[in-house]
Amino acid sequence: MPDYVHPEVLVSTSWVADHANDPNVRVVEVDVDTKAYDEGHVPGAIAWNWGSQLCDTVQRDIIPRDKYEQLMSNSGISNDTTVVIYGDNNNWFAAWALWQMKIYGHRDVRLMNGGRKKWLSEGRELTKDVPSVQPVKYKAGEPDLSIRAFLPDVQGTLSGKSASLVDVRSPQEFSGEILAPPGLPETCQRGGHVPGARNIPWGKVCNDDGTFKNYDELKALYGAEGVNESKPVIAYCRIGERSSHTWFVLKYLLGLKNVKNYDGSWTEWGNLVGAPVERGAAAKAGA
Amino acid sequence: MRVEEYGERNLQLAGWDVHLTTYKLGDQYHCKADNVSPGAALARTTGSTRDEAENAAIARAQELLGRTRRRPV
Repeated sequence: MPDYVHPEVLVSTSWVADHANDPNVRVVEVDVDTKAYDEGHVPGAIAWNWGSQLCDTVQRDIIPRDKYEQLMSNSGISNDTTVVIYGDNNNWFAAWALWQMKIYGHRDVRLMNGGRKKWLSEGRELTKDVPSVQPVKYKAGEPDLSIRAFLPDVQGTLSGKSASLVDVRSPQEFSGEILAPPGLPETCQRGGHVPGARNIPWGKVCNDDGTFKNYDELKALYGAEGVNESKPVIAYCRIGERSSHTWFVLKYLLGLKNVKNYDGSWTEWGNLVGAPVERGAAAKAGA
Repeated sequence: MRVEEYGERNLQLAGWDVHLTTYKLGDQYHCKADNVSPGAALARTTGSTRDEAENAAIARAQELLGRTRRRPV
């Protein structure tokens, strides 16, 4: 991964195969479809469930610090472990897990480029065996909220143009034609987008095999929409997982210094009383 | 075990683009249907033949996509 600004956060499928028995590496599968792991997974990989283990299960929030420490400990992950995360949908929820690990300060966490799709399509070894894990000590750092946007951060972009807003949902979600991805339950009261947001769907950063496009292609994609180092960037989607994928690209592959993921996303904004909403297709860049 | 006969194709269901991924794992065929944009999984099915797995995924995807309301913008 030589052309990215931070190539160290990405590993190839062959790297994972070569490190299957490395005691300093823990491979974790995090899927949108939580049944995928049971069908067969990377040998030695454990699984995390995004709906029950990577969130606060009472109030809407990321995983609380004590639960995070417990999850890491029970996963056999120490503060020095290299964690490699992969998953379906080109690493949607794998990126979500990585983002939370970065909030709590884990030093070495990486994505497997291409995710589950690439591993399967390459005909690599799969197993149904669930590894036995010995719990270890883990201490989380103070939450780094510089990579997380909250509602006031997004509201602040309305008047002062304090940040570039990137809406990574599909064009139909962005325009307000649909309230959720096709086939999924509607989870908001209003359709459309935050005024001023640019629509750069998350999938535009991926090649057909699920891997990330190269640095020049990514820079051109975002640069054409005015998203660059000149201004802080906030990415959002519907519930924050697709935008964590885009956050990963902007933060590590392009190396932008000030990028936040707004995990409240459209399910927060699109349900707020009185929040301004824009509808219709994306305007041309620069318009 | 390893994936065999891996294949992907696109089709349209209920007016939406759908992506099918099908492969054999052990003695079963697995099929996953997702909406191309944004790529969210709609159905994951298994069958003893490729057709059986794909037809089940297509039926489920069609049912879900048929419920999607388009609004004027």
